[in-house]
Amino acid sequence: MNRVSSIAFRVAITTIFLFFGLSRIQAQAPAPSPSPSPGAKAAADEEENPFAPEPAPALPPGMTGSNVDDPRAKLSPGLYDAGEAAMGMKHLELVKKPAAFQLGSDNPDDPKVEKMLGMLGVPSAKIPKPLHLVLAQLAFANSDLAFQGNYLFQGNFYGVNIYDIAKPANTSLVTSLVCPGGQGDVSVYKNLLFMSVEMPNGRLDCGTQGFPPGPPPTPEEQKEKKRPVPAAQKDRFRGVRIFDISDIRNPRQVAAVQTCRGSHTHTLVVDPNDKNNVYIYVSGTSFVRQTEELAGCSGEQPDKDPDTALFRIDVIKVPLAAPQDAKIVSNPRVFMNARTGAINGLNNGGTHGKPGSEKPKDTNQCHDITVYSAIGLAAGACSGNGILLDIKDPVHPKRVDAVNDPNYSYWHSASFSNDGTKVVFTDEWGGGLGARCRPSDPNKWGADAIFGLKDDKLTFDSYYKMPAAQSDTENCVAHNGSLIPVPGRDIEVQAWYQGGVSVMDFTDPQHPFEIAYFDRGPIDPKMLVLGGDWSAYWYNGHIYGSEIARGLDVFELTPSQFLTQNEIDAARAVHFNELNVQDQQRVEWPATLTVAKAYVDQLSRSQALPEDKIASLTDAIRNAESSHMSKKSLAKLKHLSPSLNKEAEAAKSPADSKRLRALAGILEHPAA
Amino acid sequence: MLRSSFYLSAIIFACGLLLAAPLSVGAQQSDAAAPVVIQPGAPGHPSRKLPSSTTANLPPLSQAEVEFMQGMIMHHAQAVEMTALISSHTENKNLRTLSARISRSQQDEIKFMKRWLAARGEPLSLPMAAMEGMGMPHHAAVLMPGMLTPEQMEALREAQGAEFEHLFLTGMIQHHNGALTMVKDLFDTAGAGQDAELFDFATDADNTQRAEIRIMQSMLEKTIPEEKQ
Repeated sequence: MNRVSSIAFRVAITTIFLFFGLSRIQAQAPAPSPSPSPGAKAAADEEENPFAPEPAPALPPGMTGSNVDDPRAKLSPGLYDAGEAAMGMKHLELVKKPAAFQLGSDNPDDPKVEKMLGMLGVPSAKIPKPLHLVLAQLAFANSDLAFQGNYLFQGNFYGVNIYDIAKPANTSLVTSLVCPGGQGDVSVYKNLLFMSVEMPNGRLDCGTQGFPPGPPPTPEEQKEKKRPVPAAQKDRFRGVRIFDISDIRNPRQVAAVQTCRGSHTHTLVVDPNDKNNVYIYVSGTSFVRQTEELAGCSGEQPDKDPDTALFRIDVIKVPLAAPQDAKIVSNPRVFMNARTGAINGLNNGGTHGKPGSEKPKDTNQCHDITVYSAIGLAAGACSGNGILLDIKDPVHPKRVDAVNDPNYSYWHSASFSNDGTKVVFTDEWGGGLGARCRPSDPNKWGADAIFGLKDDKLTFDSYYKMPAAQSDTENCVAHNGSLIPVPGRDIEVQAWYQGGVSVMDFTDPQHPFEIAYFDRGPIDPKMLVLGGDWSAYWYNGHIYGSEIARGLDVFELTPSQFLTQNEIDAARAVHFNELNVQDQQRVEWPATLTVAKAYVDQLSRSQALPEDKIASLTDAIRNAESSHMSKKSLAKLKHLSPSLNKEAEAAKSPADSKRLRALAGILEHPAA
Repeated sequence: MLRSSFYLSAIIFACGLLLAAPLSVGAQQSDAAAPVVIQPGAPGHPSRKLPSSTTANLPPLSQAEVEFMQGMIMHHAQAVEMTALISSHTENKNLRTLSARISRSQQDEIKFMKRWLAARGEPLSLPMAAMEGMGMPHHAAVLMPGMLTPEQMEALREAQGAEFEHLFLTGMIQHHNGALTMVKDLFDTAGAGQDAELFDFATDADNTQRAEIRIMQSMLEKTIPEEKQ
């Protein structure tokens, strides 16, 4: 015991010593960062510095790592002044996190920080200054995004920020809604805003104070070695909050639906056959609270308690005319073994892959679910498995398929291709807190897995991982993304935490490839400070990235060899009134010449049509545009159509065949 | 480079001051476009408008959280000690794989816990007073829930082959169940588990240990098959 204490003391001292020499965490007022003195360095070598990044393990045999020659591999560090690299997209602005969602100062010397630490019960004199701001980072981390009209809703562990994006390059904050509880996953439907809460500091009244510690144990209690008295709190809230946002500058909480495990994420489900209600699928990944706090909650294994809150999702029904009456209406056992009836029928987490380096994951929870009501299916990313659910009856989703993958660690999220023939799953290896894009991290681990989907069956096709090597102080792994509605192609924009934003084409599911990217250097070069983009979603012509530590990123696509201006224009022609990415909407493109030009560019790129044919198509479309669709030019377009349909039959790839048919359809009857 | 960026910051800051003065007056005259800070009330209750100068606030750190981390470091250290016996005590390939995995993840977690404590200026081990609070006499070995007694550890060291494998699996299941108890106790304690990093860590540890327990139980049932199916 004495030996342990003495080591602990020396480690603490070493740490403090070392951190006075570390570069500043915050780059607001950069200060010279001398290297640690030789004495400190020697001490650090002798004793482990808990803040030093883990040495990366060797690349497993037969695996390929990340690309160290990529321009993104060695960007300079900084919070607001990190080096940047981009291809095929342009960073328009970063809107910094509002003051109401920060500890009060960017400056560790600020008395407000001292006061804050005092409130935390942390004597600041004991803490190296650069760490002051690291302390509470996750507590104010930005999380997921939702969109409605000209408003963007950015979730945060501390609440929600609502931005006006009418002019995306000049985005402005409208409302900061303070209501802590993590992780603040958001959805929006008409006048209702939904928000996930899972942490024990969540309060019904949105208070920031959490709950106070109990009194210290009396000497008697100490003597009897009493277990802590369960602290049931009637004011605690873990579940899904519902706000009325009719007045965007004064949202009101109308309901708060409590669940046993809280809500890590949730998914809005709109039943095409039910105009009076919407549904919420709740994915809880956290501990089950005690029955004293919420009746009926049990965290036992199924053999001890068949009503356990593990191994299920929760479904909330929200009556649109009376959202205050929202309540749980079912707890589907989506992991049940249909043959035996065992509710833990999918427990194969941990029996696969990556010996020695990976934590196993139990399939007793879904992490996130993406519903695609237009095809009546949902894809669940459920810890140890990817699952496919039939949701035609949204209250009673039925599992129709389940997959596993030897290279997968934690099934995290999913997106369908627009035509519903592919699903892109993500693997959040390391939980998002780890550096997993180092040169020796395999490009099949922490990657997307693209599956074909046919007749309710998933079949593995390939992996895609953001290809650039990242440093060991950058948390990096596959995370949330959305489709970019370029007609004729399957394109996804995706966030990779401090690995930045990567845009991937998966039209050919066997050969996905990158077509655009943006990345910043690490927040800090010497220790991993959590940051990077949590989500990157396309919404009505722009890409928005929710940066965990820095704020809100706004991007636009720029033409490149992989994507033409016509294709970008065609994507911009698609308009959503509302976008909740996990409630996937089918995109229908207008039959305009803008869309036709995108197809022509694609047929030219893939050489599906000879050059003279491309030239005559281009000319005919240009004539129609410049003559404002004169009768003569329209007749010419129509004349070109039948041959395209013939070409479609002979096309080498199914993608080209579809493009040719779609183009023929537009040329037949182009919309104005 | 550093110097010039310092001057630049200073200039930007000065400009900010000049601009901020008249703007803030304007803002007080109820500028409709100025962002608002709103704190909703409980369901059905009105929301409050907070001053625009509001900054963020956190629930206080609780002693239970600090002791949870300190205790879990000690708890994990024993698992690492147990897994260190594997190479000299059994040839079973599946058990070696599992044990390497446990060792690796528990060491990673020990590092995380030390970081969490060091960042908060807390000692990395339980102070003597807290141990006494647990009913421990001075200098007695402290056992967190599920930890193997010195006798159990000794028996494990003495065993070989199949007997070792059985003791290791039953011992590690007991050990892991103890971690689940510690997590449950933490979340059952008033005011604990509210720190975001700690919440994530405890949630992840709980999920991981449940999965490992399940794997070990199935290995026990199958009397440890040599190869995976």
